Formats: sequence, C-alpha cells, structure tokens
Amino acid sequence: MSESASEWAIEVEGLTQKFRKGPLAVDGIDLHVERGEIYGFLGPNGAGKSTTVLMLTTLLPPTGGVARVGGFDIAREGGRVRSVIGAALQEAALDAHLTAREHMRLQTALQGVPKPERRARGDELIERVGLAEAADRKVGGYSGGMKRRLDLALALVHGPEILFLDEPTTGLDPQSRSSLWEEVERLADDEGMTVFLTTQYLEEADRLADRVGIIDRGKIVAEGTPAMLKAEVGEPSVSARAADPSDRGRLVEVLGRFGSASGPEDEDAAWVRLDPGCGGLVEVVRALDAEGLQVADLQLHEPTLDDVFLEKTGRKLEGAGEEQGDESGEFEAVSA
Amino acid sequence: MSGGAGFWGVARAVAWRSTHNFVTNPALVLPAMIFPLFFFGAFAGGLSNIDSSPGFDYPNGYTAFEFGFVLMQASAFGGVFTGFGIARDFESGFGRRLMLAAPNRLGILGGYVISSLIRALMVMTLLFAIGLLAGMDVSSNLPELVTLIGLALFLNFAIGMWAAGIALRFRSIQAGPLMQTPVFLILFLTPVYVPRELLSSWVQDVARFNPVTPVIEASRSLIAGSHDGLLLAFACVGALVLLFGISAVTGMRDAEASG
Amino acid sequence: MTGQLDSIYEVARRSFLRSMRQPAAFVPAIVFPLFLLAVNSAGLDAATGIPGFPTDSYVTFALAIPFIQGGTFTLLNSGTDLATDIETGFLNRMAMTPLGGPALLAGMLGGSMAIALIQTAFYIAIGFTVGADFAAGAAGVPMLFLLSLVICFAFSCVGVFTALRVGTGEAMQSMFPVFFVFLFFSSMAMPRDLIEQDWFRTVATINPLSYLIEGIRSLYVVGFDWEALGLAFGVSAILIAVFLSLAAASLRTTLVRT
Ligand SMILES: Nc1ncnc2c1ncn2[C@@H]1O[C@H](COP(=O)(O)OP(=O)(O)OP(=O)(O)O)[C@@H](O)[C@H]1O
Ligand SMILES: [Mg+2]
Repeated sequence: MSESASEWAIEVEGLTQKFRKGPLAVDGIDLHVERGEIYGFLGPNGAGKSTTVLMLTTLLPPTGGVARVGGFDIAREGGRVRSVIGAALQEAALDAHLTAREHMRLQTALQGVPKPERRARGDELIERVGLAEAADRKVGGYSGGMKRRLDLALALVHGPEILFLDEPTTGLDPQSRSSLWEEVERLADDEGMTVFLTTQYLEEADRLADRVGIIDRGKIVAEGTPAMLKAEVGEPSVSARAADPSDRGRLVEVLGRFGSASGPEDEDAAWVRLDPGCGGLVEVVRALDAEGLQVADLQLHEPTLDDVFLEKTGRKLEGAGEEQGDESGEFEAVSA
Repeated sequence: MSGGAGFWGVARAVAWRSTHNFVTNPALVLPAMIFPLFFFGAFAGGLSNIDSSPGFDYPNGYTAFEFGFVLMQASAFGGVFTGFGIARDFESGFGRRLMLAAPNRLGILGGYVISSLIRALMVMTLLFAIGLLAGMDVSSNLPELVTLIGLALFLNFAIGMWAAGIALRFRSIQAGPLMQTPVFLILFLTPVYVPRELLSSWVQDVARFNPVTPVIEASRSLIAGSHDGLLLAFACVGALVLLFGISAVTGMRDAEASG
Repeated sequence: MTGQLDSIYEVARRSFLRSMRQPAAFVPAIVFPLFLLAVNSAGLDAATGIPGFPTDSYVTFALAIPFIQGGTFTLLNSGTDLATDIETGFLNRMAMTPLGGPALLAGMLGGSMAIALIQTAFYIAIGFTVGADFAAGAAGVPMLFLLSLVICFAFSCVGVFTALRVGTGEAMQSMFPVFFVFLFFSSMAMPRDLIEQDWFRTVATINPLSYLIEGIRSLYVVGFDWEALGLAFGVSAILIAVFLSLAAASLRTTLVRT
C-alpha cells in the first residue's frame, strides 16, 4: 500500500448496513480518524455503533459504501485489515472454562506470535491489565470488569495499530471505569495506538476522546472535538434567580443585554445564552450590580455533549431508546 | 377427601388450567404422545422375533406383550411430566400466586393430580388406537380392560406424587433429571423385553424385588385375559402411593414454609 | 504452514480442555451407554436362543452399541461447544485472527477426536472386563480403534454442521432425541435379517447407523468381515464428505468476514 493511503487510520465513506430482515442500521456514514487519535463514537441504544464496529473489523460485510482501515479496504483486503487491528467487542467473548493464561496461550498462537515469546507476552499483558493474581482461575468466575480487562488484553496480543473498543465500560463500576480509561489513554499516548471507541456515556466521550462522532438512527449527526461541538451549540448560558420575585422583569431585561436568546425561566428566574464577545460572567455580574439587583443564585452552564445531541436530534441522549430509533429508521429507508 | 368444598374448588381450577396449558402447547403435547409411540415402535417392531426364543410363552404375541410395558411406562412418565409442570409453575412464580390465592393448598396438589390423570387417559387412548391398528391381540373382557386402565392411572398417581414431592422441594426445573432418572431406571429394571424367567441372572434378581415388576406383569396378564398377580400389583402401587403421597404432602408444607 | 499446524493444535487443545472441564458433557457419554448395555444385554439374553442368532453371548453382540452411542455424544458435544462459541462471540474472536476457516474446523474436530479416543479406549476396556468375545483377535484392536474414530469423526462433522445451522447450545441439546430415534430404529438390538416386521427392517436398512453398528459388531462377533467393515467405512466416508463440506460452507457464511 502506498504511504498516502495510510494518512488516515480509518476512512469511511457512505458506509451502509441494511440487515436483510432488520432495519437500516447504518445509513451512509462518513468519518475520518487520524493516526494516534482516540475517536469516540457516541450514540444511544440501537444507534448503529456495534454494527459500524463489526463492519470496520471485517466481521460483517457492508451493504454499501467504502471504508479503509489502516489503509486497507475492509471489503477486499479483510485479512490485511485484521492483521493491523485489535478488537474488544461489546460482549466479552471469553470461554468460561479456560483461565486467563490459557486464553493468552491460544490467542498468541492464533496471532502468530513466535512460540518462545508467547508465554512472556501473555504474562506481560495479564500483568498490565491487573489480572496477574487471577491468571490461573477460570474466567467463568471473573467479575464483569475482569472479563472486560482480559478481553482488552487479548485484543493487544499482536500489537495492533488500531484498536476497536465497543462500549468497553458499560456495566463497570466507577473505579474499574477510570482504570480502563487510564489504560486506553496510555495506549494512545505512549504507544501511538489509534483507538476507535463506542460509548453511550457523554462523560466518557468528553474525557477520553480527541474527537467525537455522534450517531443516531444510523446517521452521523455531528462530528468534531468535544470543545468544537459544544461551541457549535453556543456559548455558555447564565441563569439567575432574583432575591425578590418582583424584580424578575428587571432581571430579564439585564440578562437580555448579553445575548439574543434569553427569557424568563420560572417565577423568579431568568436565563441568557451569552453572545460571543459579550464579556462573560464577569460582565453579567457587574451589570447586575450596577442596577442594584439582589441575586439569590447565579449559575454558569457550560454546554455539554448532551446539549449537542439535543440540538441535533431534538431528543435527550440519555434514554433516547431503540424503539423510536428503529421505526423511524425503517420509515426513512422506505421513503428514501 | 376431607378438604371439603375448598379442596375441590381449588383442585378443579388448577386442573383446568394445567390441562388447558397442556393441550394448547405443542411443545408439551408432542413429547408426551410421541415418546410412548416411539418405544412401542422400537420394541414391538424391532424385537418381535424374540418371542420365538425358547421359553417365551406369552400367548398374545409380542406386540401385546410390549404394549403391556409401554402402557405402564407412558402413564409413569405422565406422572413425571406433571412434576415438570409443577416445577415450572413454581419457577415462574405462578405457583406462589396459587399458594396465596388458594383457600385449600392440598387442593393445588389435587388439581395437578387430576390433570395428570386426564393427560394419561389421552395418551392411553392414542396408544390403544395405535396398538389395535398394529393388529395387537387383546383377550380381555370389559371389566379386565377397565381394571387395566385403572392400574395404569393408579401408577400415574403414584409417580405423579413422587415427582411432585421433588418439584415442590426444589421448585426449579433443574430438578428435572432428579425426577426422571430414577423412574427411567426402575422401569428398565423390570422384565422389559422378555418374561422374567428369561432374564439373565442379576437382572432377574433385581426385577424380582422391583415394585414395578408386578405392575408390568399384571398389565400383560390382563391383556391376555387373566388375573394373575393382580392383587400384588395393586398392593405395590398402593404402597408407592402412600410413600410418595407423604413425600408430596410434606413437600407442599416445605413450599408453604418457604413462602 | 508450520504456523498453521501449531494454531490448529492450540485450537484442538482448547476444545479438548474445555470438554474435560465439563463433567456434565462427558459423564453421560460414559454412564448412558453402560446402562443401556447392562439393561439390554441382561434383558435380551434370551434372544441368543433365536435360531440363526450369530452369537451365544448377547453382551458380545450388544457391545457395538456403546461405540455408536458414544459417537452421538461426540456429535452433541462438538455441536454444543461450537454453538456456544457462536453465541458468546468466541468464534468471532478466532475469526479475527489470521487463522483460516478450514484450519479452525480442523482444530475443533481435532479436539473432539481426542475425546473420542478416550471414549473408545474406555468402551474397549469394558468389553474385556465383562468377558465378551472378540473374534477379530489382537489384530482387530487397532482396526476397532480406527473404525470407532472414523465414525466419531463423521458424527462430529454432523454435529458441527447442525450447530452452524441451529446456532444456540440449547437448540443443539434439544436435538438429542432425534439421534436417539436413529439409534433405536436401527439394527442395534437384533440382526437385520432376524427382524420380523417388514416396516422395521426397511427402516433399519435405510438407517445409516445400522451399517456403522454392524461394522463394529463384526469385529466382535465374526472377526474380519470385509463386507461389513467396508460398508461401515464407506458409510462414514459418505457422512464425512457430505457433512464436512456442508459444515465448511456454513462456516463460510457464519464467519461472513470479508
Ligand atoms: N444481526 C442483526 N439483524 C438485524 N438487525 C440487527 C442486527 N444487529 C443489529 N440490528 C439492528 O440494528 C440497529 C443497530 O444496532 P447496533 O447493535 O449497531 O446498535 P448499538 O448502537 O450498538 O446499540 P447498543 O448501545 O444497544 O449496543 C438496531 O436497531 C438493531 O436492532
Ligand atoms: Mg452495541
């Protein structure tokens, strides 16, 4: 492959999956992932995240579009794609009757690690994900977090350039979650690994991802760095509560000077979305002071990815269920 | 029965439900119907030549001989299936709802037994039809035929009590093999294929002390129009009913105690 | 190529270990055949008195059955294991490696052959313990091993194919009665020419299991009966050819990787 082709770690154009007896799960998505980047793929249940991962990892042939992973075409060069990627899919695919060390032994062999190095490689990875103590216990007795970590370690056996993680932290307690985050960051920072990670959690995408793609009902509705996406939704907003409810009219008026979108909130409060260059919270406080307005409560709201999702889809991310997604997906497919 | 109206009211309701459940669910009807036919076909069809071996003196032919076994086997297994039903009900929480609702809890047990008898009758009807179509030679008169069916139902009752005792204690379908395997063993340690005298030595000894052996033998006698060993057969089943009945009733108490 | 062989070995080793660690999977393969053997040989001993019965020891006659029954357990276990791998995604994990479909298949079948070898040795030992005749003599023992393994291999292919079709371990387990029916409607309990009922004889003649049983049985009862052995190997070869290619094709669609 020519060097220019591998400028991107992942390039996707018009990628589509229409299940034979199912919905249009992925509807012509485009995305690009740079080398060494952590790309967060965010979406509610049933949005099409896993389906996209299955296609990019060559386990499911796309029904339309093209994609290159590590510079190789996923449809025509499956073998070469598989040689440069590692994947931990949504269900930790482990054998309950084998130990972690036995999993490593099988995986290193299948990945073609030279025989003398297998044992050491396996032990090193087991150590790294913190399973050394449990290495000779059968996986059937592992907790959900331990299974996830073993799954991750198995994906790293052959030192892949690109790592796919499908909802790696779903079902983990906060502590296991942050230790997995640290490991993922380490892989990207120290080893220059590209990570494509799906998640339903805003917090996870925000904390971990260099760039985020938001998918809903099979379509990408927004893409960019978390900061850019939030900025796109707008500047932060300020809400204030008057100490004396009769002051609300004046409060609305003062806040209104700082942005075009503003208004009363409930009986004694008002809000404004700050216009760029209006001076920010400090100026708001000064203006309130100058008017002699007594304020009981003043809050600055930074936009979140949830606001981005809300803005793009008209729904909140949390709880944007599969049911609605399914039907409209079907409908769009018919009407398209 | 001393339960009074409460007992019968509950029993009728439970019996109706589980019978209805059975006849409307092919996954339950088919195995119950097909397994006896399968054994009947495999034994009566495949082994019939064995009645030409020396010492085989059953007068009505091999089809009738095996019918005597399969009829009893089918009714015994009907009892086991009843245990499966109870276990499933308790697993799904339906059993607990019954326990809460029913004024007379032994009536619940009674209901399961009644539906078990109804099912056994259905299976037996099918078996008789197939047997007669296959040209089975039956020499019994009407009272003997009724006695034969009565014996089969009595065995169904006994085994049903056995399975209910297990089901009520474990309240999980996982206990299935525990209900099934001993019944399978005890049935196949009777003179299944040949009269007892032709069994080789150790099985002959086992079969002699097996309480189900007299039942199989009486069943074969009745088909041949004789009353040999009838009393012993009923006495054996009666003893089983007593034993397993106690186990089922205490099992019911166990289920009650655990809420 | 040596790398490939090495991988196949590791896949086989894994499926062997996995089976050995599930007593629920192999204990029945030992207990059930023995029970049936005990009941049948005691209950049907009188059959040896039928004119034309080929031996005067029914247990010698019936010893072929455990081998075939063990084969059906091989079928069930290799099928259930594969179906479980499909369900858990473990198959996908293996599919993500450079290992090819045929090598994967070879590894899985290899693992069940290791189990089959142990089963076969066990059944042979039982035969000697209960004092059955072995007409083929010492030279017959390797032949018996070979035939039994070939039969188990054929059964394994059927199991793998079925698993790829049904896709879940539970569905695989519920296939059990089907194989039971095949076993009972064969020449398992009576030589085919002594079956009186025409319909049953016809069924047993069509049933491929009859020929497998008769092949094994010939070594116990007759010695080297080349016709019976040829039929047994032939039927196994056909089963293998048919089900292995079906399994390979199904695997290709199950592992729809690009
Ligand atoms: N094999 C399949 N056959 C038919 N439909 C499928 C199949 N796999 C997924 N789907 C459907 O495709 C849509 C997208 O599913 P997908 O698993 O990609 O969602 P997801 O974003 O990963 O959701 P989750 O967060 O719940 O894992 C869903 O509506 C799902 O029901
Ligand atoms: Mg998913």
